[in-house]
Amino acid sequence: MTPRQRRLALVAGILAGVSVAALLAMRAFQDNVMFFFDPSQVASGEAPVDKRFRLGGMVRPGTVQRTPGSLEMRFVVTDFKRDVPVRYEGVVPDLFRENQGVVAHGRLGRDGTFVADEILAKHDENYMPPEVAKAIKEKHGGVMPVNPDHKAVPRT
Amino acid sequence: MIPELGHFALVLAVVAAVAQTVFGLVGPTGARAHWLAAVRPAALAQFLLTSLSLGTLVYAFVQNDFSVEYVAANSNTALPVGYRIAAVWGAHEGSLLLWAWMLCAWTLAVAALSRSLPDAFAGRVLGVLGIVSIGFLLFTLVTSNPFVRLDPPAPDGRDLNPLLQDPALAAHPPMLYAGYVGLSVAFAFACAAMIEGRLDQTWARWTRPWTTVAWAFLTVGIALGSWWAYYELGWGGYWFWDPVENASFMPWLVATALIHSLAVTEKRGLFKSWTLLLAILAFSLSLLGTFLVRSGVLVSVHSFAADPTRGLFILAFLVVIVGGALALYAWRAPLLRSEAGFEFTSRESFLLFNNILLVVAAAAVFAGTMAPLISDSLGLGTLSVGSQYFDPVFLLPTLPLLALAAVGLHASWKRGRLSARRGAILTTLAIAVVLTFALVFGAWSGAKALTPVGFALGLWLIGSALVDPIDRIRRRLSMTPAVIGMALAHAALGVFVVSVTAVESYTRERDLALAVGESGKVGEYEYRLTGLEMREGPNYDALRGEIVVSEGGRQIGLLHPEKRSYWVQRQQMTEAGIDMQPTRDIFAALGEDLGAGRWSVRAQVRPLINYVWLAALLMAIGGVVAAFDRRYRREAPDARARDGEGA
Repeated sequence: MTPRQRRLALVAGILAGVSVAALLAMRAFQDNVMFFFDPSQVASGEAPVDKRFRLGGMVRPGTVQRTPGSLEMRFVVTDFKRDVPVRYEGVVPDLFRENQGVVAHGRLGRDGTFVADEILAKHDENYMPPEVAKAIKEKHGGVMPVNPDHKAVPRT
Repeated sequence: MIPELGHFALVLAVVAAVAQTVFGLVGPTGARAHWLAAVRPAALAQFLLTSLSLGTLVYAFVQNDFSVEYVAANSNTALPVGYRIAAVWGAHEGSLLLWAWMLCAWTLAVAALSRSLPDAFAGRVLGVLGIVSIGFLLFTLVTSNPFVRLDPPAPDGRDLNPLLQDPALAAHPPMLYAGYVGLSVAFAFACAAMIEGRLDQTWARWTRPWTTVAWAFLTVGIALGSWWAYYELGWGGYWFWDPVENASFMPWLVATALIHSLAVTEKRGLFKSWTLLLAILAFSLSLLGTFLVRSGVLVSVHSFAADPTRGLFILAFLVVIVGGALALYAWRAPLLRSEAGFEFTSRESFLLFNNILLVVAAAAVFAGTMAPLISDSLGLGTLSVGSQYFDPVFLLPTLPLLALAAVGLHASWKRGRLSARRGAILTTLAIAVVLTFALVFGAWSGAKALTPVGFALGLWLIGSALVDPIDRIRRRLSMTPAVIGMALAHAALGVFVVSVTAVESYTRERDLALAVGESGKVGEYEYRLTGLEMREGPNYDALRGEIVVSEGGRQIGLLHPEKRSYWVQRQQMTEAGIDMQPTRDIFAALGEDLGAGRWSVRAQVRPLINYVWLAALLMAIGGVVAAFDRRYRREAPDARARDGEGA
């Protein structure tokens, strides 16, 4: 092979490799991306039944129930319009509590209960997952419901 | 008065940066050659002014000056002094000031160590650094001034986020920023070379040590962050593909490609324009990382104080810097031809594949990190990308990368024919395979599909990295820092691969519900809760558990996980109990009160996990050792006296 042919072969090889990699990446992407839905979307049947997704909203006050002494728990995620019951078994994050934003990963069961395998509540008192904030904001015509025990710190 | 002094010094620093830029870039154009003499003094002035500014902020924190809003928001009288200093970079404003200061420190180091460079070239390098500096100083002053006063002053501060009250995390931002900012030096060298339209092997020799040291800082910074997430967030692993982790990992991958490509450019005068492109790309990704973390577009634990105008500013800055550099590249790169050729099995071609695979890996991480942002902003739905995507997509280019590295370490430059080294390659491979069998069937039992692959690749890498130094010792040849550093860094990569494989294959984890006196099984291990008591810390109360871990009836670990409640921010924090052992970490974190006297406990046993971070540290040390090779100093007798500043 002349140097020119060799270089051409090299470039062709690299291009082929990169395209295969890109193709595989795109497949991995399509199979493994998780979409976000709020309770209203779940109630109207927009959320998939057979695929994992992220459910986000507020933990409705007074709905957190535990089987005493076990890791099983149930609570209701709400966007103040529709509710979705959630079942989870495991350790919840430090900042999981009633009337706080939460994101749950899992699947929707046939009975309409969301079976979560992971619960996220981020490490910040004032934290509201942006997607949850947005979803709730849209439901309330731009007004965020105020969390009563949220201690507001003025930031001038 | 003191904070105003800091503010004013920062304004003057902008003036110095402008002077440095103008003198540096206009000076070499001919008519005003004497301007060049003013570039270094300008850089020194800028460094001193920024240091003064940072110093006043540190002073305000140490003195608990709660009339400064930033101090009031991030410190507290109950906070220990060490953390008060760390609180300077605990939030957005201060961390930007630290960024700017780091840049000035790197600039000063370049100014001091570049006397051997032609004046015009050094001027251009410092001029480009000046542009970057102007951007960051203005950003700090305009959108995120840390010296804003609070009137009336707060009686006490709101405290540093308890998550950040940790030694590893206090050191994480300075290390990470030193790495991010250090890549600006390679970027400035690249821009200066393009402006001159000349790039030779000397250029690569100047650029290499800077890039390698920056890369080493970046490595340590990422490792510290990862270690912190492991023991402080209680996530229990070493990597989570969190967008902010990715933001620092992308520049690391490209910087790794860059240091290898620079090696080829230095030794053989090849890959010139590719090296330039990588230098631009690496620094652009550093800026992007800063943008992603600081603009709050990412949903992450790190995005504490998010503000869209700041994001807009960084984005505009990113466009100017990256756009400008790429335009320069499009215009000038065709001038830089490489003449030499190389054999298919030479070291050059292995490094070429190294570069391609690293860039492909970086692109895959980039796609997964940016996809949620793009999808959201185009209204295509809110989605998230997790390890189900990243794991396979990242392994796809990196597994061949490791195999090629193991073979490539044996290859020699130019006309290298691998057949001459076949013995060494096969011997190291054979040893690796035998040891893999010993590990899979002996030390641990059972395996996943990739377990033997990971062990074999890692061990093969370690062996291959050590062949050259051992050979040199046997033949009584000299050992240069470059040889030692390279062997150390690649052996460390092998250690990293082996430990990651062990963690991924043999971790045992389970959530338990335990009352005092009860126990639960986690794989072959038994966790028994033997006590729960209240305890008081310097600025928190804690519930402390005592857990005895045993294997086959024999006690192998005693853990004291805590659930802390910090007084000021009233934040609940999990402090995991970890027993670090040479071959494994035994881990427990307290969850919450489940009723009926039981508590939830997150129990994990992870083999070799500490070697993941140790390997990263060794890699960084290898880089620093190699960067201090004598040949980088040969033409710089002047610089030898002050090389302490370069690190």
